[in-house]
Amino acid sequence: MKALAGYLAGLLFGLGLAISGMTDPARVIGFLDVAGAWDPTLIFVLGGAVITTFIGYRLVWRRQMPLFESRFQLPTRRDLDTRLLGGAALFGIGWGLSGYCPGPAVASLPGLSWPLAAFLVALVLGWWLARRLTPGT
Amino acid sequence: MQTMSALQGLLGGVLIGLSATLLMGLLGRVAGISGILSGLVFERGGDRPWRVAFLLGLVSGPGLLMLSGLGWGNVAGDSGAMTGAPASGLTTMLIAGLLVGLGTGLGSGCTSGHGVCGLARLSPRSMAATLVFVLVAMLTVFVARHMLGGAP
Repeated sequence: MKALAGYLAGLLFGLGLAISGMTDPARVIGFLDVAGAWDPTLIFVLGGAVITTFIGYRLVWRRQMPLFESRFQLPTRRDLDTRLLGGAALFGIGWGLSGYCPGPAVASLPGLSWPLAAFLVALVLGWWLARRLTPGT
Repeated sequence: MQTMSALQGLLGGVLIGLSATLLMGLLGRVAGISGILSGLVFERGGDRPWRVAFLLGLVSGPGLLMLSGLGWGNVAGDSGAMTGAPASGLTTMLIAGLLVGLGTGLGSGCTSGHGVCGLARLSPRSMAATLVFVLVAMLTVFVARHMLGGAP
């Protein structure tokens, strides 16, 4: 049942990315290009996703626990540190250069190309490097 | 066209929100793509099966739409396509991929974990991270396009 839940969540996520156009780097870069021909699509995607999640979370949190697990696993830290903000900045550079964040890049696998393959290999390498640089993982 | 694109964006966003709600309601987990997938590659344990299934779902969403030929994509300037062409060549994509991996690894999240789930949880860390990566990405595009002069 847990695997089925994972599959359904992944499927909805993948459908959402494709239907919204986030699997098109040109749309994403068009949003980031505030000095060019600005493309507002990403605002609608993020807005729709955040509002739906905001309402959805509050509905499911009314239960004591999730359906297939014994507890909700939520991040608890609220402080800001260099690792968080520096990491976000590095991610921003890569996102701006490629128009890919991890979700759309992986969801674009059915339309695989050499540049996308290069991105995905380097993405996994970057995750590995981040784990090496993070004590206690 | 602009209105249609915005509506598709909104619909896709709602589907992503439903996915995040489902994962929280059923498994109690945040739908952060970088966390789920890097965990799948580098961690052992009980989370593997659902993470593998999530990856299969994530890829099969666009894949099934592609096979169906419904033309529900929102690729700029190509109404039949589900995925757009990469923005750059191999070298830039290698650098970009490395930065996205390193950055989301160190910063504990990407557009989904911080941008969607974190904002919906009203997490101060996610709000700060989202502000930083959106502004830095805008600055990167400005420098690459308008100062170094790539595309128009």
